[in-house]
Amino acid sequence: MIIKLKDINKTYYSGAPLHVLKGIDLDIEKGEMVSIMGASGSGKSTLLNILGILDTYDTGTYQLGNQLIWELSESRAAELRNRMIGFIFQSFNLISFKNAMENVALPLYYQGVSRKKRNIMALEYLDRVGLKEWAEHLPSELSGGQKQRVAIARALIAQPQLVLADEPTGALDSVTTVEVMQLLREVNREGMTMIIVTHESSVADVTDRIIRLKDGIIERIEKVTHYV
Amino acid sequence: MFDFDNFREIGSTMKKNKLRTFLTGFSVAWGIFMLIFLLAAGNGLRNGIAYNFKNWSVNMVETWPRYTTLPYNGLPTNRRIRFTQKDVDAIKLEMPEVELISPVNARNDTLTFKHEYLTGDIRAVYPDFASIQYLPILSGKGRFINQLDLKDRRKVVVLSPRMAEILFRDSLDPIGQHIKIGSLMFQVIGIYQDDNKNDTPPAYIPFSTGQMLFENGYHVGSISFTVNDIDTETATESFEKRFRGRMARRHRFNPEDMTAIGMYNMGQEFRMWQSMNNGIALFIWVIGIGTLMAGIVGVSNIMLITVRERTREFGIRKAIGAKPSSILKLIIIESVLVTAAFGYVGMVSGIGLTELINFFMEMANAGSNSGGNPGENTTVFRNPTVNLSISIAATGVLIIAGVLAGYFPAQKAVKISAIEAMREE
Repeated sequence: MIIKLKDINKTYYSGAPLHVLKGIDLDIEKGEMVSIMGASGSGKSTLLNILGILDTYDTGTYQLGNQLIWELSESRAAELRNRMIGFIFQSFNLISFKNAMENVALPLYYQGVSRKKRNIMALEYLDRVGLKEWAEHLPSELSGGQKQRVAIARALIAQPQLVLADEPTGALDSVTTVEVMQLLREVNREGMTMIIVTHESSVADVTDRIIRLKDGIIERIEKVTHYV
Repeated sequence: MFDFDNFREIGSTMKKNKLRTFLTGFSVAWGIFMLIFLLAAGNGLRNGIAYNFKNWSVNMVETWPRYTTLPYNGLPTNRRIRFTQKDVDAIKLEMPEVELISPVNARNDTLTFKHEYLTGDIRAVYPDFASIQYLPILSGKGRFINQLDLKDRRKVVVLSPRMAEILFRDSLDPIGQHIKIGSLMFQVIGIYQDDNKNDTPPAYIPFSTGQMLFENGYHVGSISFTVNDIDTETATESFEKRFRGRMARRHRFNPEDMTAIGMYNMGQEFRMWQSMNNGIALFIWVIGIGTLMAGIVGVSNIMLITVRERTREFGIRKAIGAKPSSILKLIIIESVLVTAAFGYVGMVSGIGLTELINFFMEMANAGSNSGGNPGENTTVFRNPTVNLSISIAATGVLIIAGVLAGYFPAQKAVKISAIEAMREE
């Protein structure tokens, strides 16, 4: 069990109090690929942020690996994010003035890996996502699908235990969506736990389980049967 | 902590905004440059004044008799006051502040040596006068008047360099020669160093000799003396009041009668110049610091914009594992790097320019020294340079300001959560 959520509650207090998560219980096995679906406002992004230690929760417990995620200092949270979690975002979130290789290598910079070593590793990971030739290109010179593949390489380079993807195909056309999902599935097959927030059922169908959120609670969990 | 990678990281962002980095740096460099330049100008004025007073006893007081303008004790106005040698003794006795004192009798006469002659000022003084007026005699140039000259009423004379040059034309050692003053022969015993203090530097003879020669009887033209511990405005005023009171009693005039005797106080003059200088120096500091502040505000502004622009980037960095401290460091080091590098440029060019000006001024001065007329070198501007430690301190202050200018916006940027920051466009 890599993720154990027990009765997670989260309320936002900007203006009128907004009870976003109303008791989430969820376990995710190591090596699983899970998608979270739900209408906007159902709390899926909040849940993902809590899972990614980008946000805190009010009550309940969240265990990541063997680590209880509760009242961590900012720098401790940053360290955990750096070592345990890889992020993939809808808007790619690459740093515009760094080329593909430097973007991929950035997590290793925060681990204190030497420049030479992390560039070699970044090239390896770029090779894995099929973008070795584009290592010197700036994000503005890449297509959407290529950008997302760079982002995937960046999410993987620190060899995290968990990859969190927030609408990874939201900004992509259908052809590249398929490509990106194939890539993510491949990564998952190598043993990486993956949680994908999406509202495209074609994306969710690729995963093992679909967790449907509604108004801050888990409505139901569907097992996806693959006919491969 | 400050590994090379860190600087590469910062370098890449600075390169991205070359113009902005340059403009920020320019405001800093300009601030420090102007500060140094202005301070140098202030120092130039101060050094100029100090140089002018260099050869003066700044505690010298001169007094001379005049005419009364107030009736006193039944005595009429417009009465002539006259000093005698007894006044000299009385002043010395009654005023404990007075240290060195000398009566002065002056007269214009013709000095002749063989075919050369000139008309010059001749002053009869005590030996102490050399110290009161600061008239040094270099070795090999003889001596000043001494007590024996005074006692024996010797006919000896100390010449100014210009007089010696005219009379002896550099062909002969003047010391020991006899020259004619009026119709009497005097032996030259020394040549003093006059440092262009006076447009017409006089010759000095013993006071007692002058008494016989000048047909003044026991009267004294003026009295010069130095005072101790009178170094503030109020002390000067109370001393003058007491002095006038004493003299009023001796010569029976109204102590309120300011015209009965004339007084000139070098210390007061000096202090006036000094306070004017300090005023200018303060003014310059205010402007200089203002300019520096403008530079600092410029840096703060740019850092604010930079941080605002990079909020999203910081959010991304945080999401992938940057600690708040590393982001803080990133911004502060960038700020410090810009201020330090350009501050250094400004400092070096400021010092360079002032030293260059000083160099040319000294060249020009060196030229005029040899053939110039006396008094031509009276300058109010000299050695316009700034103490290196002040320059370095100013640059240091700027760098500290750079840290602060980076710190506050960075603090703000770090506080924004990663999710919010990534939402920024």
